[in-house]
Amino acid sequence: MELLRKLEILADAAKYDASCASSGTSRRNSLKGGLGSTEGSGICHAYAPDGRCISLLKLLLTNACVFDCAYCINRASSNTPRARFTVQEVVDLTLSFYRRNTIEGLFLSSGIIRSPDYTMEQLVRVARSLRLDHGFRGYIHLKTIPDAAPELLAEAGLHADRLSINMELPTVAGLESLAPEKNFSRIRHAMAGLRTRIEGAQDELKTARRASPQKFAPAGQSTQMIVGADGADDGAILGMAGDLYAGYRMRRVYYSAYSPIPDASRLLPPAAPPLLREHRLYQADWLLRFYGFSQAEILAGGQGGMLDLEFDPKTAWALQSRQDFPVDANTAPREALLRVPGLGAKTVERLISARRHSRLRVADLARLRVSLGKVLPFLVLADHVPRGLDSGGLRDRLRPATAFAAAARPVQMALF
Amino acid sequence: MRCLAVTLPGPADFLAWRQAARGLVAADIPPEQAEWVVAGDMPGLLAEAPAPPPSAAPFSVPRAFLDQAEIAIRHSDPERFALLYGLLWRITRGERHVMQAATDPAVIRLGALAKAVRRDAHKMHAFVRFREVQAEDGARHIAWFEPDHHIEEAEAGFFVRRFASLRWSIVTPRRSVAWDGAALSFGPGGRRADVPPDDATEPLWRTYYGAIFNPARLKPGAMRAEMPRKYWRNLPEAAEIPRLLAEAPGRVAAMAALLAPNPRPQRQVHLSAPARVAPDMRTPIEPPTDPAMALAALREELLARPDLPAFSARATQPVFGEGPVGAALMFVGEQPGDEEDIAGRPFVGPAGRLLDRALAQAGVARSEAYLTNAVKHFKFTATGKRRLHQSPDAGDITYYRPFLAREVTAVAPRLVVALGATALAALAALTGRKLPVLKTRGQVVTGLTRHPVFATIHPSYLLRLPDEGAQQAGFVDFVADLRAAAAQAAA
Repeated sequence: MELLRKLEILADAAKYDASCASSGTSRRNSLKGGLGSTEGSGICHAYAPDGRCISLLKLLLTNACVFDCAYCINRASSNTPRARFTVQEVVDLTLSFYRRNTIEGLFLSSGIIRSPDYTMEQLVRVARSLRLDHGFRGYIHLKTIPDAAPELLAEAGLHADRLSINMELPTVAGLESLAPEKNFSRIRHAMAGLRTRIEGAQDELKTARRASPQKFAPAGQSTQMIVGADGADDGAILGMAGDLYAGYRMRRVYYSAYSPIPDASRLLPPAAPPLLREHRLYQADWLLRFYGFSQAEILAGGQGGMLDLEFDPKTAWALQSRQDFPVDANTAPREALLRVPGLGAKTVERLISARRHSRLRVADLARLRVSLGKVLPFLVLADHVPRGLDSGGLRDRLRPATAFAAAARPVQMALF
Repeated sequence: MRCLAVTLPGPADFLAWRQAARGLVAADIPPEQAEWVVAGDMPGLLAEAPAPPPSAAPFSVPRAFLDQAEIAIRHSDPERFALLYGLLWRITRGERHVMQAATDPAVIRLGALAKAVRRDAHKMHAFVRFREVQAEDGARHIAWFEPDHHIEEAEAGFFVRRFASLRWSIVTPRRSVAWDGAALSFGPGGRRADVPPDDATEPLWRTYYGAIFNPARLKPGAMRAEMPRKYWRNLPEAAEIPRLLAEAPGRVAAMAALLAPNPRPQRQVHLSAPARVAPDMRTPIEPPTDPAMALAALREELLARPDLPAFSARATQPVFGEGPVGAALMFVGEQPGDEEDIAGRPFVGPAGRLLDRALAQAGVARSEAYLTNAVKHFKFTATGKRRLHQSPDAGDITYYRPFLAREVTAVAPRLVVALGATALAALAALTGRKLPVLKTRGQVVTGLTRHPVFATIHPSYLLRLPDEGAQQAGFVDFVADLRAAAAQAAA
């Protein structure tokens, strides 16, 4: 098969993995040989019309697969055309794209062929060749096959910046019905194994017990859950995400709204969930990790375990928690300011810095480009006291102009 | 009022600006009397006058200003020099901490300039596209790029660090940057036509761009926010965008029409599923003939129980006991913690390490003892980056008690040591009394399997003691308990 056609099939097959992060790994450059660099922050080299960043060459080594996961375009029973790259082809493509500055590196995954060990070994061969034969210093993200042998995982972590195992669905029942060959506890085991190795390497680096400490996936591990393919509600998804962050030290949990695929299985719901649901989950994820919110608080903003689609989760929470407002911008502690709808972490830092010098007024907020319509109902300033916090009309006043405008806002999040 | 025209040698020459500004401050020239000009640009209409000589006495300014100023000076706004000098003037004239006044208009403006420059640099890192040209002496990589600001010199280092082993050049309308594999050189700007129009790899890259796009999630606004149109003419993949946008609705409709007509018959599961074990375990069974096999069977059974308490689904794995069958001493703790859950082994976390130390001092070899927990799954609440231990309740203890009883029976130790209240409650429940640990410690009670149970504290109790003195005293007592237990087991 022609390389161009293979690339078409195997990139198409890889696009349902949302991760594109290329940040947060060790700093490297090629001043002493090799090719490439990583400097902390990731780079998005292009954006596709789906609004997603293209940072890594995201490929499947092969889209043939013995598994039959209902939500997956590459499942054994799908009629999708199949292809398989050689190790050399992936290595050459990566280097060739990298030299033209179109990518930060490679994100390689694969369908399961023959056995978990065989599949993992093929992935490791690509990473090994890039690192050892070509001195590649760019970013490598390898998908990890849960049941692969420990020595394969060790070598994968040596070459890769990030490893990931997808949780796919947040409940045992969901996984059993849609991904019969996958196993919840094996996935957890594998994630626990990665955490052990990642932390072991970090400890070694910190204590510097050896001159050249053994590396293992310096950018950590991440995972992905599919939203809307099974009946799990947002509470179940965020609960699982919370467990994954805390238990396995995930750097990121990605949420991927189940998206229609060609030749879809009948086991799937007929309609895709709104992309807005995925967006709300990312917002909630952020509030849980960086804004001091608890899961119960976030879910209280919605109904029946689902987040409010109309309002962002912080506003939705604030509307349910009016007794906590108004907050005085000139005296409130940081934690209280972070909970005000419309104030982000950076703005809060600026306000705290500025209020040491002068009393904050509405004009100060306007200069910081804060959305006044969103903030003023909740915030006391030197020249402003909010009215109507108790009124039923507040909800209407805060409602975005149109549902379309709310839905069309860019989704791109800062990436780790 | 006289105006001074200060001429800078380049549009983003921070050192020259800094030196000139230092001289102006020393000469007490206020911002409104200084006119900043870049050499070669249109000279101002003001009377040309020499800048004051550099001051001999440098003064210090806050780091926050310098960091921002050094970046903002690359902005193409002609007012940038004056803005910087205006802020410097205020810093030296009584407003030393003006940078902290985050809502001051000039501070906001400086931040905005620096941010625009950083974004421009970031987009340059992202959107420069090299084309490969084969020459007699090997490959060269050449790119055409149009930055908004004066960032060519500042950002050259990024491309050197990344492509040190290649020979490359980047041509912009104002500057050209070249790296020959060993040194950088800068030259005048060029034209788009100076750079080859395409490259053998571009069809592959364009194919990739088209294939990685998901037509079912159209969000062209999000794309344009991060990849504005002005960059498109220099991005080969952008030529695909109109076609991808036009074809997307048709592709989605075709997908919907292609729903598989029937679900396929359920296929054989490829990987072995764990066997379900049916028999109820709430009544202890007959002593097994082979204790090692009985323990192994118990472990398998625990993996497959269909009626485990709900919290166990959030644990990574059941954590079973470990140690030799027939060990004289069997230690029973409360439940696995975070590290035990990850490792699948008991007593490997902070409390386990403390227990190891205490055992060593008491002269008990850990490898000769059997260690386990009353509850076999980690019960926790997740808070941010940590899982916080949650004490098992009476129901949890009751659920796992039959497993523990069978474990004790299989190991058949001479003495069971209950570490803490949960273990004591689980082991001694048949005595019909709830026993307070601190009052019972050091005593031997009869356990539910009729094995003697020695009570002491859980090592995590010591970790929770507030001051170090109490911790040390508690540790000494704990070691004494362990020693007493070992003596009893040997008797």
